[in-house]
Amino acid sequence: MEPFRKRLRQWLTLIGLSAVLLLAGCSREQYVVLDPKGPVAKQQYDLIVWSFGLMLIIVLAVFGIFAYVIIKYRAKPENKGYEPPDQEGSKLLEMIWTLIPVAVVIALAIPTVKATYGLEKQPSSDRPPMTIKVTSADWKWIFRYPKEGIETVNYVTIPADTPVQFEMDAVGPMNSFWVPSLGGQEYTMPGMVMHLWLQADHPGVYQGRSANFSGKYFTHMTFDVVAKSPADYDKWVQQVKKTAPKQTEAQYLKLLERGLAKKMTFSSYPKIADQAGLIGDVKGIKNQMNRPKEPVTGTMHHHAH
Amino acid sequence: MGFHLPKNFFVTGEPMIYVADVLSVLTIAGIVFVLTYYKKWKWLWDEWLTTVDHKKIGIMYLISSLLMLFRGGIDGLLMRTQLALPNLHILDAEHYNQIFTAHGTIMIFFMAMPFIFGLMNVAVPLQIGARDVAFPYLNAVSFWLFFAGCMLFNIAFMIGGAPDAGWTNYTPLAGSDLAPGPGINYYLLSLQISGIGSLMTGINFLVTILKMRAPGMTLMRMPMFTWSVLITSIIIIFAFPVLTVALALLTIDRLFGSHFFTIAGGGEPMMWANLFWIWGHPEVYIVVLPAFGIFSEVISTFARKRLFGYGAMVYSMVVISAVSFLTWVHHFFTMGAGPAVNSFFSISTMAIAIPTGVKVFNWLFTLYKGRIEFTTPMLWAVGFIPTFLIGGLTGVMLAVAPADYQYHNSYFLISHFHYVLVGGTVFGCLAGLYYWWPKMFGFKLDERQGKWAFWLFNIGFNVCFFPQYFVGLMGMTRRMYTYPEGLGWTPYNFISTVGAYMMGVGFLIMVYNILYSVRHGERDLTGDIWNGRTLEWSISSPAPHYNFARIPEVDDLDAWWHMKQRKRKQPWELRPLKPIHMPNNSGRPFIMSIWFFIAGFGLVFEWYWMGIIGLLGVLYCMLKRSFEYDDHHYIQVDEIERTESAAGRA
Ligand code: HEM
Ligand SMILES: [Cu+2]
Ligand SMILES: [Cu+2]
Repeated sequence: MEPFRKRLRQWLTLIGLSAVLLLAGCSREQYVVLDPKGPVAKQQYDLIVWSFGLMLIIVLAVFGIFAYVIIKYRAKPENKGYEPPDQEGSKLLEMIWTLIPVAVVIALAIPTVKATYGLEKQPSSDRPPMTIKVTSADWKWIFRYPKEGIETVNYVTIPADTPVQFEMDAVGPMNSFWVPSLGGQEYTMPGMVMHLWLQADHPGVYQGRSANFSGKYFTHMTFDVVAKSPADYDKWVQQVKKTAPKQTEAQYLKLLERGLAKKMTFSSYPKIADQAGLIGDVKGIKNQMNRPKEPVTGTMHHHAH
Repeated sequence: MGFHLPKNFFVTGEPMIYVADVLSVLTIAGIVFVLTYYKKWKWLWDEWLTTVDHKKIGIMYLISSLLMLFRGGIDGLLMRTQLALPNLHILDAEHYNQIFTAHGTIMIFFMAMPFIFGLMNVAVPLQIGARDVAFPYLNAVSFWLFFAGCMLFNIAFMIGGAPDAGWTNYTPLAGSDLAPGPGINYYLLSLQISGIGSLMTGINFLVTILKMRAPGMTLMRMPMFTWSVLITSIIIIFAFPVLTVALALLTIDRLFGSHFFTIAGGGEPMMWANLFWIWGHPEVYIVVLPAFGIFSEVISTFARKRLFGYGAMVYSMVVISAVSFLTWVHHFFTMGAGPAVNSFFSISTMAIAIPTGVKVFNWLFTLYKGRIEFTTPMLWAVGFIPTFLIGGLTGVMLAVAPADYQYHNSYFLISHFHYVLVGGTVFGCLAGLYYWWPKMFGFKLDERQGKWAFWLFNIGFNVCFFPQYFVGLMGMTRRMYTYPEGLGWTPYNFISTVGAYMMGVGFLIMVYNILYSVRHGERDLTGDIWNGRTLEWSISSPAPHYNFARIPEVDDLDAWWHMKQRKRKQPWELRPLKPIHMPNNSGRPFIMSIWFFIAGFGLVFEWYWMGIIGLLGVLYCMLKRSFEYDDHHYIQVDEIERTESAAGRA
């Protein structure tokens, strides 16, 4: 057998084998991005599938041409004397393979722009939206519920089927707030407030993590999103208010210091918590608190939303 | 000021670092011993350290970048070993963070860039029928600055501590509050020093290509690799000043307490991300466009056909270079820039796929109706097409901003850019290395071993990086030093690690191939061992130091191919030889880079006295140079005749 065929066969066997290995023992739920659990993730999933489909067509077409050309026109003893023609190019062909990608880009750009604008808006739901404030600090996630006045650390409870706007800032380095089952991420940055809509269709526990490297224990910077039925959610809030301890300023400042934290629940949070993310670093926050007369300032900027 | 030795000046307590220390010392001792034993110091100084010959400078770039490919590759293997199974403790978090930072930085700045620069140096003057680059002395300065920066970066993990904020070095994480100590300073100063060298290389090659082409070689008759280098030089000239400024601002923040990037002082941490990527996105084209040029040369040579659609190949590169400056925000779609901005950068990014697609089809149609010989360089070139296609198309998927909210910083991204950087740049570098090797050294690398290396590396590469697309969709992010069980990530990571080791074996075979071929490689007696198409194949191998005894005259694309077909001598080939004007060797670029190194090292530790001494040394070198008048010599006709006839040329 010719070495080329042999090699091709080895290749195909290898590809097949690794495909089987890849798929062994994995179910769809593990592909969190491909298994959306809410309208935001669903929109993104649809785009992923659409773009993948378009790209797959191109891959198959080009791989086809590629395989044909390199097999058909390889040097063989039979074509020893063959002198390849002196082609300059072909305007027509080049037009075709300019215009096809243009069409593909248009087919991709339109839904992209639509979704980019769409995701800025509140996902539709029968229930009124709510807001949760998020502050990332080295290496923990702090969630404040402005209406309820409560605070959680490293987990957040939300009502199912309700659009939730996360208002995010950071103390310390940038992080990225990512709950792949519910939707794509957004950076958390010191000195700036960012907004992200998410919604869970059903009760469940969804894994979240930071997607942007932020130092030593970045890897452990995970949190759970616990979606409860609206009734259970209300019960949970009441229980937190009744049973959880209040959070003092000192406790809050301690929490901001570098290090890991366990899951925590508080029935209140100090006022400084609302400004911490805009000041952006622990030292600055302490300075501000030592000068109580002056108003708290921070270089806050909102981008157009 | 003052001389404060940091607590762990010599990084201690790490068995791996002790091993590295011992190996480094042994290597240096070994080199010193060999040079002394064989009385090679003078040879080293005269032939290499002081050379201004573009071919030798090219070879020094190539040796350095192969070493850095090894170093960066070991880092990659260490990371892959750590990630092979969940909850491993081979590396701890701090060590892992330093290693991926070193890996990314080294691969981009000290492997890919110098590899490209090496091949540029070796091939471009020969392709355009020139005797050297426009500024040979500056060329040596560029190389030695790169080398000084590289050494400065590489000692970080032994002396003072390595940077650990990623090769993107985002503020505020990289600011002095969150990252005190010398680590990040190493990053900033070593990139600053080598970056100055890169900028000068860009200027040098722009002028060389515009001013030094052989008579008759119009722009539209230039070999495609030369075209790609011309465009790359322009990108370098526009992009590198941005990096220089960004590095300088952060250095000033860290050393002198300014607040360009700190919120507390009214600065903007996001500004770093913007500046970094305004340079960083064009940078990926700086390393991939020359690879495109190499593929064009190799594919047309071994398909025995003229490049299909030469004009379109040129225009598509021009378009890519322009648009590459308009896409940087795709690196932070999730930084809240708003839908209008994200939409713009989404579409501008997708638009790059159009000219790139044109190039891919033109390569395919160059192969079409050819007579394709699968030599080793050709294997790398042909292997590039499918890998780059996968990398490019997943890049288009990443350009869909809302979808990128899900892929961003995940292993999907890691896989994408390795498909592009390895499948594009590294394959291109290796294709170029095998292709021009005979021109550099006068012998060919063994083909059988070369093929083994190619197949192991290529298959290993796909086994390593293809599974990472999946694990990214499972929610695994980049820069995680470990991961828990039960998320379904384990099999993918394990397979990926196996692939990485296959690549490692492929690389070792390549190194063996070089060592083996020094003795046993097929000698190149014709100077045209591949039956090439461009001017570098018209002279003997290795090229004489003056390159062309007579400057050729060019009247078509693929000049050498046409000369061969005419079989009759051209008027210019019959002209009498004339003395050749050549630049003198100089030790000053090398010495100047030592001063730069001293200045950089001083500033890393904030020993300002040392920084100032170093900079004064640099200034003194420049001053000396500006009073140097006797900087060239002539090669006489009889010497040219001797050299030519020794190479078997009349
Ligand atoms: C030799 C085979 C290679 C292996 C096994 C490898 C492995 C890896 C791994 C595991 C990471 C992820 C680190 C992390 O996020 O935890 C990584 C990141 C990276 N690699 Fe490679 N790599 C290889 C070759 C290359 C090459 C050739 C280049 C460039 C030309 C490159 C450029 C990068 C960059 C820029 C990063 C990002 C580093 C960061 O996140 O700061 N790699 N590589
Ligand atoms: Cu901002
Ligand atoms: Cu980019």
